[in-house]
Amino acid sequence: MRSWIAFWNILKKDIKNYYLKPPNISWGIIFPLSWTLMQLVRSPGGSILELLPGLPGLISMSVLFGTTSMLAVTITFERSGRSFDRLLLAPISLNLMVLAKIAGTILFGMFNACVPILFASFFVDLSAVNWCLLLLAVLMIAITSALMGLLIAVSAKQVFEAQTFSNFFRFPMLFLCGLFIPISSLPFVLRSVSFCLPLTYGTDILRGTIVGANILSPLLSFGMLLLFSVALFLICRHNINRKWIL
Amino acid sequence: MGMVSVSNLKKTYGNFTAVDDISFDIEKGEIFGFLGPNGAGKTSTLNMMIGLSRPTAGEITVDGIDVRRQTKKAQAIMGIVPDESNLYNEMDGFDNLCFCAALYGMRKNEREPIACQLLEQFRLKNVGKRPFKTYSKGMRRKLTIAAALIHSPKVLFLDEPTTGIDVESSRQIRDMIVELKKKGTTIFLTTHYIEEAERICDKIAFIAEGQIVASGTVPQLMESISHGHTIQFVTDKNSERLADELQARFKGSDVTIRPDHSLVMVSEQRIPLFPVMEFFHDKDVEVYEARELRPSLEDVFVKLTGIESSVLKKDKEKGGRP
Repeated sequence: MRSWIAFWNILKKDIKNYYLKPPNISWGIIFPLSWTLMQLVRSPGGSILELLPGLPGLISMSVLFGTTSMLAVTITFERSGRSFDRLLLAPISLNLMVLAKIAGTILFGMFNACVPILFASFFVDLSAVNWCLLLLAVLMIAITSALMGLLIAVSAKQVFEAQTFSNFFRFPMLFLCGLFIPISSLPFVLRSVSFCLPLTYGTDILRGTIVGANILSPLLSFGMLLLFSVALFLICRHNINRKWIL
Repeated sequence: MGMVSVSNLKKTYGNFTAVDDISFDIEKGEIFGFLGPNGAGKTSTLNMMIGLSRPTAGEITVDGIDVRRQTKKAQAIMGIVPDESNLYNEMDGFDNLCFCAALYGMRKNEREPIACQLLEQFRLKNVGKRPFKTYSKGMRRKLTIAAALIHSPKVLFLDEPTTGIDVESSRQIRDMIVELKKKGTTIFLTTHYIEEAERICDKIAFIAEGQIVASGTVPQLMESISHGHTIQFVTDKNSERLADELQARFKGSDVTIRPDHSLVMVSEQRIPLFPVMEFFHDKDVEVYEARELRPSLEDVFVKLTGIESSVLKKDKEKGGRP
């Protein structure tokens, strides 16, 4: 069975049907751009140089918002129209099908991450950035966020439920992962929670590679992101098996 | 063992038993009709057979492949038409077919000619480049069936294929099902339409409250409720006395007068027509029509399930998902 044909066509179909639609492209550009401008406005004196310390957070948020709800909404949409059954009934493994579905979202999340980077590159010097590390971090944030989106999709029955669940996860995560408030300033209990969030590690790698202000070793952060990815993948797979194949 | 074999299949949801210990076999190239009202367990059975639902107990094999243990291998030889036309609204007909083929690992040079051929076969070629969402109900149904055939499956599962669509499309779909059977495809068909099942199915199973109440070929099912032979005579005159005389003349028969004034003669033995006609001639009675009455499949269904066929008709009008 030539499974790669199925994988490639599911990915191509999702990109064409969902991610390349004008509303999503504009969302992918406008959302990160708005966050970037907001960061600029709130910086003291509106200095363009203040953009750099906020850039890791902007990249993380762009990826997080671009992936979680997109996957949750597209899968819930396909489930409600029962076209998703076609994928469940296709002679391809569940793992491959899940990978194909999240691959499109990961690419969309990475595209979202490019917007603030591109915007910042016009105003601040990014020559010191380790691009390989940055790309890997963005990829890992996109993978964990996409898998969180999938976890939401498995639990949601309606599109609006998927959107609500996404926000339920995303907003607390934004405040706890060190984007707005440094983790060191958080109370002990919340600090413990923040280390249970994949975004904390992704943001820390980005902060390290862009402004050199990471608090954890990049190796540890990548290890944790990998661990989160595997764990989330296994949980998603288990839940799909339990909830979608009744 | 048949091409499809189901044995002691059971499905429970909590305390509710949707399918209760059912067994049947479908031979290669056979059309097997699965009839029952909404909630009888048709779709639950189908979902277990195609691997979309896990049986609580029982075995299912398709072409010798255990569906429970080798689900994906079994799905590779199945074509599945769900009760809803569930293709992708944003994609056109041709792309939908090509996408479905790709799910079965077919390369571009393999899938495109077959997609074109199917569009032509289903008379959808002129709308092949139109988005699926613009299709009429009948067109949607036909394309969904075409999508299930794109990889030339050995077994085709059809869930209510003609529900809620126009007469012409229904006829085309029925003709297509018969054509597929001729080519050797094994077909499992769930339907509300007794007449449809009677017309195209080789074997039929009636399901009610999760259990198969009867199964067999159409003549076998009819035989199961038929006792003796019945002939209806439409005459120019009749009376109770004539009926009694006819009954007395032919021992072992029972003659009654129907509200439409025809005479109905029931006998355990076959009724020879010539002596009966001679009897009427002697009594100076003109016979305009003599017709053998056989029970319809609908009569069989009502008798065996205890469910009025109007329940099926109501289900069919709703066109809802069982």
